Amino acid sequence: MIIRLRFSKNGKIRFIGHRDVARIFERAMRAANLPVAYSEGFSPRPKLAFGLALSVGYESDNEYLDVVLSEPVELADVCARLSATLPAGLDLIDVGHLDRRGTSLMEAVTSCEWVIDVEHEDPNALQASVDALLAADKVIITRERKGKPVEDNIRPDLLSLKVLMNTENATNRIVAELGTEGRSLRPAEMLTALSTELTVTRVRRTHQWISHGEDRIEPHEAAVSRAAYTGACA
Amino acid sequence: MHTVCGNPSAPTLTDMWTQLEPLLDRVQKPARYIGGEGGAQVPEHAPEKVAWLLTYPDTYEVGLPNQGLQILYEIVNERDDGVAERSYAPWTDMEAELRRAGLPLFSVDTHRPASSFDIIAFNLSAELTYTNLLNCVDLAGSPVRTADRELDDLFVIVGGHCTYNPEPIADFVDAVVLGDGEEVIGEITGVFAEWKTGGREGGRAAVLRDLARVEGVYVPSLYEPVYDGQALVETRPLFADVPARIEKRTIADLGDWPYPKTPLVPITEVVHDRLNVEVFRGCTRGCRFCQAGMITRPVRERPAEQVRTMIADGIARTGYDEVALTSLSTADFSGITDVIADTMNDPTCSDVSISLPSLRVDAFGVDIAAELQRGRRTGLTFAPEAGTWRMRQVINKLIREEDLYGAIDSAFSQGWRRSKLYFLTGLPTETDVDTAGIFELARNCVKVGKKHTSGATVTVSVGGFVPKPFTPFQWFGQNTMEEMRRKIGVCLEENRKSKGVQFKWHDPEATLIEGLMSRGDRRVGPVIEEVWRNGGTFQEWSEHLDLQRWLDACAAHDVDLEWYVYRHRTEDEVFPWDHLSAGLHKDFLWQEWRDALDELGLEDCRWTPCYDCGACTGYGIEHVVASATPPAGGSQGTGQDLSVGGEIPVALMNRSSTVVG
Repeated sequence: MIIRLRFSKNGKIRFIGHRDVARIFERAMRAANLPVAYSEGFSPRPKLAFGLALSVGYESDNEYLDVVLSEPVELADVCARLSATLPAGLDLIDVGHLDRRGTSLMEAVTSCEWVIDVEHEDPNALQASVDALLAADKVIITRERKGKPVEDNIRPDLLSLKVLMNTENATNRIVAELGTEGRSLRPAEMLTALSTELTVTRVRRTHQWISHGEDRIEPHEAAVSRAAYTGACA
Repeated sequence: MHTVCGNPSAPTLTDMWTQLEPLLDRVQKPARYIGGEGGAQVPEHAPEKVAWLLTYPDTYEVGLPNQGLQILYEIVNERDDGVAERSYAPWTDMEAELRRAGLPLFSVDTHRPASSFDIIAFNLSAELTYTNLLNCVDLAGSPVRTADRELDDLFVIVGGHCTYNPEPIADFVDAVVLGDGEEVIGEITGVFAEWKTGGREGGRAAVLRDLARVEGVYVPSLYEPVYDGQALVETRPLFADVPARIEKRTIADLGDWPYPKTPLVPITEVVHDRLNVEVFRGCTRGCRFCQAGMITRPVRERPAEQVRTMIADGIARTGYDEVALTSLSTADFSGITDVIADTMNDPTCSDVSISLPSLRVDAFGVDIAAELQRGRRTGLTFAPEAGTWRMRQVINKLIREEDLYGAIDSAFSQGWRRSKLYFLTGLPTETDVDTAGIFELARNCVKVGKKHTSGATVTVSVGGFVPKPFTPFQWFGQNTMEEMRRKIGVCLEENRKSKGVQFKWHDPEATLIEGLMSRGDRRVGPVIEEVWRNGGTFQEWSEHLDLQRWLDACAAHDVDLEWYVYRHRTEDEVFPWDHLSAGLHKDFLWQEWRDALDELGLEDCRWTPCYDCGACTGYGIEHVVASATPPAGGSQGTGQDLSVGGEIPVALMNRSSTVVG
């Protein structure tokens, strides 16, 4: 049985890394006594497949993890048991049953939506720099690949970019949908392409999308059945 | 060079999280500072409660697993009159951010500023962390010298193995606790609670005077050293009601203290990231270089049933898949084979692997290897400590070559491919034959391993020997740095001839500085302070240790490094720790020193007659050992002729009065 977990990462725990999250889930599954399947061989590993890594310091409303179980379980039961063992800030939203092992999360997800809070004295200048980015045919940034600097055109991965201006104070919000096919475009990389200096105060992943032509779904919608964590299922 | 600030804390602040958050975006490994571990507590502070900030003076990764700190954390928080939170030395990048922002040291549990606690308490397990202690106290907003502290400043209390010679840090700490902390931390909390509810009458001096009357507590400011030129004559109490000699604390029965009950489960990577269950405290193997074995006597085993419960509960609670059975020599635990078998057979622990740090070479045995094998394989480390039988007799680590090869054979035949061997260099009477002997042993181990796997490798790890207080080698002049370097050279040359052997060694510069603080006196304090003021923190991290900074500080304060470190002491030497007691008779240690030089071994007193070291008789407690017979396969205390390493029968004295279970 393959299950897909959906969880959020909020608050102080946003400062732990992707590998830390993996280790926490491995332990939580054991403490919750879930029948996780293990790989064969000399040093068996639990069959856990994570989605796209989330950078240290970022929050997320929708993170995913696929788990292969060695025997069937009640989804509601998984939800309750696992929630009881996870640390504060990693909160289970729902657990879905996948009827088959499809494409891995990492390959399936085609884009992510981000909400980026920035401090900028001049909202108009910010808007102008975003407009300039969207108007360009090519947006070239330098990033590292295998330790060497390479120049990449990130324009194809800028799927959507909006500024929500705040007239009250200098905090503005950028909502961006960034492509993840091939090399994922990260919010920090996108921001370096803006022609204006700003201070990032908060980054949150709000959605992950799987696109099929015109249609798109979120990874948890691929499940044939789901149980949501209600806090009451015991 | 950093600037040392005064009191950077805002007294009304109780939760610094929002101020810390922007800093964490800029430091490496921000997860060090967020808390939130499984088992972490959010204690309810109250003005009348005594608030402890339990601090490990090294990085979070190193400090979090520390069992002593976790034990005290739980014991204090179970009390009505106390609360405890935790703190760790911020890494240099975080320290810079804190100082730039004018923010103090904080607890990781609720991100409360250190200054809102009553006591900052440090676990000292390595001398090279002393400068970090000063840095933490300064970051906490208190003066580093006790003499400069005022009523509202923190009390600095230290415990742990280093406190058996606290004199180098005597001017910086308000109180020192000797020995097991389980009972005494409650008594100290009680003294502070009374003082607080009494309106802190008499100020700091009054509560310190009361603390000095708690058994096991040493208040350095109530004592003064007397010198005759360079030599120390005595360390004497300044008042009649202050004890002339401070005895360590010892808990009689480990079974009364099944702590930690809710071990902390980190949410980021730390060292020793596994469930740890302490199976016994103390060790009577009698290795003469080993301070831990001397100062923690007598042996007190945890009842086997409690060990099983702590393993099963701990695994269920934490989700760990590895448990380490900790002690100074776990294979000596009476119930070891049964505990391992029971854990392996317990369906709730079915895929849990067991690791035994400090695996004793001679008692390892095929049985234990076979039992461990059933779980996932873990690394195998042995500590023969010296390269020749002669040298091992001097240090009383009585492992025969055959014992080592037998253990290696047993391990490699069952699928292990790597083994690590620990050795010391710079030991008393050591010659190049002994040093080269390390590699002779290692080469033979590779040969034994190759019988089973062509890829067999052995890692040789060599540390420089530092003589420690309350050991038979406390009179020994440490090898000079140049001599240590030369011996590393001998090792490197030997290593070139040793295929399949990897060689690692400890920095002789760090060994020298550790030597200064291990047997230094109060005159070394200003050197530590100066090195800290010049930015010398994290000195146990080799990339941060700058020898010249220490040499300059010694010169500036007229401290003769060579006199402290390299000098052989004579029988009439007055040690800076002579007014403290680990229960050991000084004449027992002296006799052991003479026997070491005569290359005479001494059997383990758990199963042979008492040598009157003082640890049992002095405190009216005895070894708590469940088995009247020593473990199979050992050559020490098991009836073998120590002079040649062969076998002769030795009658075991009936010690039934000390036997439990």
